[in-house]
Amino acid sequence: MARDLSFRVAVLFSFLFFGFINFVCCNNERRVGDALETDFSGLSVPLEHSFELDDTAKFVVRGTLLLKTGREPSVALSQNPLSEEDRVKLKEVAEVDGLYRIRVPRVSLQADRQTEWQVDGYLTAFVRACAMVESHLSDVITLHTDVSGYLIGVSIVTIPGACRGTKVEDEVDLEVFNTTLSIMAPVNAPGPETSLFLERMEQETEKKGKNPQEQKSFFAKYWMYIVPLVLFLMMSGAQDQSGGGASGRAAAA
Amino acid sequence: MAKLILLLLNWIFLCCNVAAVFEDQVGKFDWRQQYVGKVRFSHFDSHMQSSKKVLLASESNVFAALNTRTGELFWRHVDKTGPEGNIDALLQHGQDAVLVIGNGHLLRSWDIGVGGMNWEMVLDPGSFRSACLVGHQGAVKHLAVLKKTVISLHYLSNGHQKWVENLPESETVDFQAVYSGGNGEVYALGVVPNSHLAIVVYSLEDGEITKQVSVEAPWLSSIPASCSVISRGLLTCVDSTTMSLYTLDLHLQLEMTQIPLQALLASFATAGEKTVVAVMAPKNKTACSINLFSAETGRRLLETTLIFTVDPNGGKPEKLHVQAFLKKDDSVGYRVMVQTEDHTLTFIQQPGRVMWTREEALSDVVTMEMVDLPLTGAQAELEGEFGKKADGLMSMVMKRLSSQLIMLQAWIAHLWKLFYDARKPRSQVKNDVSIENLSRDEFNLQKMMVLVTASGKLFGIDSKTGDILWKHYLENIPLNAAFKLMVQRTTAHFPHPPQCTLLIKDKDTGLATLHVFNPIFGRRSQVTPPALPQPILQSLLLPLMDQDYAKVLLLVDDQYKVSAFPSTKNVLQQLQETASSIFFYLADSGQGRLSGYRLRTDLSTEQVWEVVIPTETQKIVSIKGKRSNEHVHSQGRVMGDRSVLYKYLNPNLLAVVTESTDLHQERSFIGILLIDGVTGRIIHEAVQRKARGPVHVVHSENWVVYEYWSTKSRRNEFSVIELYEGMDLYNSTVFSSLDRPHAPQVLQQSYIFPSSISTMEATLTEKGITSRHLLVGLPSGGILSLPKMFLDPRRPEVISEQSREENLIPYAPELIIRTEWFINYNQTVSRVRGIYTAPSGLESTCLVVAYGLDIYHTRVYPSKQFDVLKDDYDYMLISSVLFALFFATMISKRLAEVKLLNRAWR
Repeated sequence: MARDLSFRVAVLFSFLFFGFINFVCCNNERRVGDALETDFSGLSVPLEHSFELDDTAKFVVRGTLLLKTGREPSVALSQNPLSEEDRVKLKEVAEVDGLYRIRVPRVSLQADRQTEWQVDGYLTAFVRACAMVESHLSDVITLHTDVSGYLIGVSIVTIPGACRGTKVEDEVDLEVFNTTLSIMAPVNAPGPETSLFLERMEQETEKKGKNPQEQKSFFAKYWMYIVPLVLFLMMSGAQDQSGGGASGRAAAA
Repeated sequence: MAKLILLLLNWIFLCCNVAAVFEDQVGKFDWRQQYVGKVRFSHFDSHMQSSKKVLLASESNVFAALNTRTGELFWRHVDKTGPEGNIDALLQHGQDAVLVIGNGHLLRSWDIGVGGMNWEMVLDPGSFRSACLVGHQGAVKHLAVLKKTVISLHYLSNGHQKWVENLPESETVDFQAVYSGGNGEVYALGVVPNSHLAIVVYSLEDGEITKQVSVEAPWLSSIPASCSVISRGLLTCVDSTTMSLYTLDLHLQLEMTQIPLQALLASFATAGEKTVVAVMAPKNKTACSINLFSAETGRRLLETTLIFTVDPNGGKPEKLHVQAFLKKDDSVGYRVMVQTEDHTLTFIQQPGRVMWTREEALSDVVTMEMVDLPLTGAQAELEGEFGKKADGLMSMVMKRLSSQLIMLQAWIAHLWKLFYDARKPRSQVKNDVSIENLSRDEFNLQKMMVLVTASGKLFGIDSKTGDILWKHYLENIPLNAAFKLMVQRTTAHFPHPPQCTLLIKDKDTGLATLHVFNPIFGRRSQVTPPALPQPILQSLLLPLMDQDYAKVLLLVDDQYKVSAFPSTKNVLQQLQETASSIFFYLADSGQGRLSGYRLRTDLSTEQVWEVVIPTETQKIVSIKGKRSNEHVHSQGRVMGDRSVLYKYLNPNLLAVVTESTDLHQERSFIGILLIDGVTGRIIHEAVQRKARGPVHVVHSENWVVYEYWSTKSRRNEFSVIELYEGMDLYNSTVFSSLDRPHAPQVLQQSYIFPSSISTMEATLTEKGITSRHLLVGLPSGGILSLPKMFLDPRRPEVISEQSREENLIPYAPELIIRTEWFINYNQTVSRVRGIYTAPSGLESTCLVVAYGLDIYHTRVYPSKQFDVLKDDYDYMLISSVLFALFFATMISKRLAEVKLLNRAWR
């Protein structure tokens, strides 16, 4: 019980700590990046994660997603390294095959609904905590939007994705996230390609028109191929019919 | 040269895909059953003494004529579904039958002899109430149609309107019936509920109101529900609360007279001059007796009792249709068609002989499964030997010997039967199938079809002949029930009986019940299913088995608690061990929410992922996973340069289809999401713009095929998505959704399809070696077997050496329907709603059942019958060749020896 309490305190602490660092970090990011534009059409939402020994979801802030809204949405992430306690906890969770979950709030990336976001639910995803540990925190996070630019799903995978049971001795490996982040809008499914097909057909007819030699009938052109083929077919057919007799005769001879 | 090769290629494809039926194969491997649906109106054709027709109009908007001797269809007309084709009334006079269709929208006259249409008239708008024939001076020439506010008279010969009149006081009086007694007057009967009956009399000639009266009838609320006008203007009403019969002479319009009676069901019929009423009353639990009463006097007619035995596996009687006729001695004889709650029609003759029955419930099949038939006793004995644990050498030997003895015995019995049958004339040898002698054939081509119908009746049908082997009626099925049929234990686990479980869920409340039964005999299983007090959200059949080889069924209730069935200790232990690898998903299309859950060891669940599709722009219309019994033979495709392109074979992949809420033709779209059901990862997201549903989806192997309506080009289009891992496989031994970090390559192509479609399914074979075909049910009633080869996103637009090597067909935007691709030749399947495919024991053969209004079963061979010798295979020739060769070698060997010897002597 006592341990649990201290644990919780630690979590709380780290949360506060994170929040602080985060703030600073975000500020840094903004100063470094093209400050004006991101401020104007950007939207910053928290990326939260949770990994607990009993697999209950207790989300704490992992970093901040800077979503650039508009026609071509893009995304940037600023996140802080894992604290000492969290590293230990992550390893413990990995040992019991727990889950590492992330979540982002549901927001719209449309230009007219920006800057302010209300929480109307979250999108969650998970990987196995051991995969997170064994990949040394190299994860690939993809945000999916729908046609109107609403976030509909988030996915996380680690590279490599397998849990082989290899021990990560060096705690430093678990400090910094090596995140690849992308945002995916739906692709337009192709319709039937009629124009290309028609073009091709036209080209062929043109070709035919150009050299009248090819206007000859099919048989006239390819009789030399067809006659042997037909002969061959006939022969094989005949063999089927009189196979017994022929072989008998051959054997007798 | 290239052109020649192309032509040759085309020719080869043509040859490959010819799948037509030879004339002598018709009906050899296929059968069709045609149905009418739940009967609403029936009319026995009595204008000729020898006529054996009964006209039926059903709630499925079907109008048909049956042969009363055999119960077979003479002809059938299938109208539009829904209220547009709803049949409101059926009238018959002589050779003509008149239908009022679509709430009084259309008037149609049919010739009942051949089933051809005489004429059709469009009526004025107005809600339909009643219709009747109007006769005058012995000849029927007119037809009266009563609507809510007007009454109109039409000529029977051509449908033209003679006159139309408004009804008086139509705001207060609800006019519900119209009647004419053949004296130049038309009576419109209206009712003010629980008060009085209003009668308005019109003149036949010009539609003038000649009389208007009202009669007290405080018990009457609706005329069609309880009343009927019988001969000579006698209105007869049944009051079910007081169990009495009221009669009223319409010509005199006096008080109603009351006759008390004891009855369950009643039906009126006329034979010559006499009108009779047949009354059904329960006799005991299993039988009902039907008696005939004279309608004029209410006296019972002598010697008219008929016994109807109630099928214990059927429903209670619901309606009587009586065919009365005059016997030679001028007494009244009759036959009855009894309609029961399970939509069965039983035609009975005196004194209770069943002439035929029709299972009209089969016109509304909801879901089905095909179950292997059990092995014969001898085979099962042998199988059982392997199933048991080894117990000593001696006993094993004894067991083997005894089973061999049993097999020998069975073989001798079989030979004896053959010999015995051979002596009898051929016509007497009957191959009658009964439940007792059902056994699996060599190639497992004969199976038991278990069909679940919307009325709650279950059927077991032999797939070879189409005979109904068992039926079971489930009572108290809610009207809007959803059914899910699962095979928990197959026949492979002798001596445990096979077991099917039907989940019946009320769509409104979500409350569900389980019906566990043996699919071979249709009997309720010994196993008692658990009571489910909570609404059920999801059910899933796990590959885990209990000690009795029954697959475990998990049910998730609205508290996200999981219960298992069967829930033995063994099962719970297995579940605890594997809990962390059991994931499932829930979809809430109302909120656009897809969420994934993982099972915990204490059988509670935890949410692990969530994807939310905003409902403002699009709604989820269908979610398709893969079939669990599907096998994929090859992991990849060999390319033109001999490298392998590996398929992305994710068994947990879900294809989610969404439709836009905005239906404007420029802005409407269809969304296709491929989501991993375990991790919630969106594998692919595509949008088909300017497209609209209904979308039909087939999801199998590494591909998804969907069909939609293109609003821009106003045509139906097919699109195919294929997923490939690439040139090397990430992990070739096992697939895990948790460990597949790289997204697959996605290829997509679309085609124009010249017809709309009703349903779609893919063929399925035992090992997945045979190439796949798509079975497309068309609204025209054809079932098209479309090779998947034509729906291949790798079809090249420009032909190259490599694509030729790969046997890819050059891209053409249109998919052509070839007539030889129809697997049901002229056996039209009306209103096909679903196609079920099942593998057989032969790799080349796939069993297909198409169901809708009709049921059609056949076999398809997508790659032709590569593993079967043809019917006309010349065994004589091949054996004579073999023998000839054998002797020739012997002789030549001998000759060679002699020659050698001679040479040696020289």
